[in-house]
Amino acid sequence: MTDQAQAAIVAEGLTKSFPGVRAVDHSSFDVRSGEIFGLVGPDGAGKTTTLRMLAGIMPPDEGTASVGGFDVVHDPEGAKHHLSYMPQRFGLYEDLTVDENIRFYGDLFGVRKTDREERSAQLLQAAGMREFRKRLAGKLSGGMKQKLGLVCALTHRPKVILLDEPTTGVDPVSRRDFWRILYELASEGVAILTSTAYLDEAERCHRVALLHQGKLLFCDTPANLKAKLGKGVLSVTSSDPRGSRDQLEHAAGISSLVLTGDGLHVVVDDAGRRIPEFEARLKDAHIPFDAIQQVTPTIEDLFIDAVSSGSGASLHA
Amino acid sequence: MSFTRFLAVARKEVVQILRDTRSLIIVVIMPVILVLLFGYGVSLDLKGLPIFVYDRDGSQQSQDLLKRFQASAYFDIVRVVNDYPALTRALDDGHARMGIVVPWDFSERLHDGGPVQVQALVDGTDDNTANVLIGYAQAVVQGYSSDLQLDWLRNHDQPAQPASVSVETRTWYNEDLESSAFIVPGVLALVMSVIGAFLTSLTIAREWERGTMEQLISTPVTSLEIMLGKLAPYFAIGMFDVIVCALIAIYWFQVPFRGSFLTLLISSAMFLVVVLALGFFISVIAGSQLAASQIALLITFLPAFLLSGFLFSIEQMPVVLQWITRILPARYYVSVLKKIFLKGTPAALLYADLVPLTVFALVLAVLATRAFHKRLA
Ligand SMILES: Nc1ncnc2c1ncn2[C@@H]1O[C@H](COP(=O)(O)OP(=O)(O)OP(=O)(O)O)[C@@H](O)[C@H]1O
Ligand SMILES: [Mg+2]
Repeated sequence: MTDQAQAAIVAEGLTKSFPGVRAVDHSSFDVRSGEIFGLVGPDGAGKTTTLRMLAGIMPPDEGTASVGGFDVVHDPEGAKHHLSYMPQRFGLYEDLTVDENIRFYGDLFGVRKTDREERSAQLLQAAGMREFRKRLAGKLSGGMKQKLGLVCALTHRPKVILLDEPTTGVDPVSRRDFWRILYELASEGVAILTSTAYLDEAERCHRVALLHQGKLLFCDTPANLKAKLGKGVLSVTSSDPRGSRDQLEHAAGISSLVLTGDGLHVVVDDAGRRIPEFEARLKDAHIPFDAIQQVTPTIEDLFIDAVSSGSGASLHA
Repeated sequence: MSFTRFLAVARKEVVQILRDTRSLIIVVIMPVILVLLFGYGVSLDLKGLPIFVYDRDGSQQSQDLLKRFQASAYFDIVRVVNDYPALTRALDDGHARMGIVVPWDFSERLHDGGPVQVQALVDGTDDNTANVLIGYAQAVVQGYSSDLQLDWLRNHDQPAQPASVSVETRTWYNEDLESSAFIVPGVLALVMSVIGAFLTSLTIAREWERGTMEQLISTPVTSLEIMLGKLAPYFAIGMFDVIVCALIAIYWFQVPFRGSFLTLLISSAMFLVVVLALGFFISVIAGSQLAASQIALLITFLPAFLLSGFLFSIEQMPVVLQWITRILPARYYVSVLKKIFLKGTPAALLYADLVPLTVFALVLAVLATRAFHKRLA
């Protein structure tokens, strides 16, 4: 479906099982150069397993994958020169300083000293952490650690970067820095595959794949996915969200329903027809509510709707 | 194999060792403590040791000799007794560590210029202490003896046979007393086992535990570069500690060193390769630092301690244990150490020990290289 010449990451039928669980189940997708591709899914969906297979550190049971033109299944070491992988758990040395970590990874990728110094200065500047070069990595805040991980991952100018939930536990300011750097990289032609459990973040990606219980459900741009939903999403604002849920759960025309902080999001077949019905239902049950309005679907609505047939997915919105 | 990557790993490891107090203590202080501990025997308190004396002569001369014992910082004459049974009882009860018996004809024989012997009865259960005690006693008596000779020469013009006193020691309870000279060289094997196997057993396990391994194996660094880079600093530390321990043994404990220093370094390097490879192998298979360190202690430190011939002579072990010692690298290293230190055996004649040691080194090095894969389960 995409131009193969431009595909920096191609996964075909990737499968990995652990005792009692199929972590990744025949997953196929591709990521082009200059694209930010989001792997979205709840805990245990198989995001980490997918990224590990692409990073060449976990052999798949089945399927093929190429990264930067290298077959990671058969030649993982060849691919490793051209990719960077940032694990979900902080992977740098806490007892080394910022500079020492950068130098270590630079050396492993064979970056020359002058290149490393120039590149890291520029990256540290962009990450807003120039003053922290002599600080031990273990003494950095969560956001700083993740940005340092990114700096270390980028000094050798990889063609492909694989990020596993890079902004989990990161403050909003660092998150913004982080995404700014990602967009800039994408504009330079780097292929970025990032996993996230934050749905709002998924909407910043050029394309997203929804992953649930090892299976890839959809893979498209956020806008297309929303359009595909084709149904209406109603937002019910109420001071008694649970009461509203209990009333509406079994109403006709509901495809899925999720509690939000101040009410409910309900995916329905026909918004115009269901609004008055729901209003009547809530009034009859004496449930207080402010309004029922049609809203633009978010990735979260889409996701819940897609997986609502399966077991309940817990997502961080 | 890229030298830059090897160096990067080695440098990183050095920085980590320098920033980790626990490692630093093991690297710098532990070897010295081990040598001192075994050099002085289990009991470290070798000052003011209680002794009983039995002066059968009771002359001016015998009093002079005993005063010298009292004057020495090492001894404290706690009682003067009048018979052998009192001495034996004191040794049995532990009230005395040594008994000095001055023979009844002491002054008489001195006067005649004949050789005189003073008897020292030593509690030999703690052989290191016993040995040190005897050494001190000998020193005291020798001092007295040479003073006598000087006096005699001064008072007499003609060079006649001067009188001399020596200590005749009889070690009770432990007939074949092993000298501290015999123990201390073996401490090197112990130190190497701790540095080599114990410390390195942590290196790979630590990376898994702290989550740094996952990122490390996603880079182009090869498993050989990781292994060599991680082991090189410990090799350097091990060699440094060998030299420090050897110097302490030679200059502090006066252990004779009759062989060549080069042979010592080469055989130590060989043993280090063995323990480093073993430690690395353990680290790879153990998974956690705790498990790794326990396995390392169990299969390197303990055998080196108990079965290598370092403390207990192999010939006196039960036959089954004697066979087991043959598969212990530490056994061959301890044997080499004793030969180099005490006998001065040239390298060419050490093949019975060096060949097995080399075989162990090669096999374990290959095993270690094969064990580590840049893969998650
Ligand atoms: N090494 C492993 N051994 C056994 N089971 C594993 C292993 N790694 C992952 N799994 C299982 O595979 C499934 C997918 O896990 P994975 O870590 O890929 O999910 P994830 O989407 O990254 O989840 P999270 O948001 O929690 O990071 C889970 O059920 C997990 O328990
Ligand atoms: Mg994960």
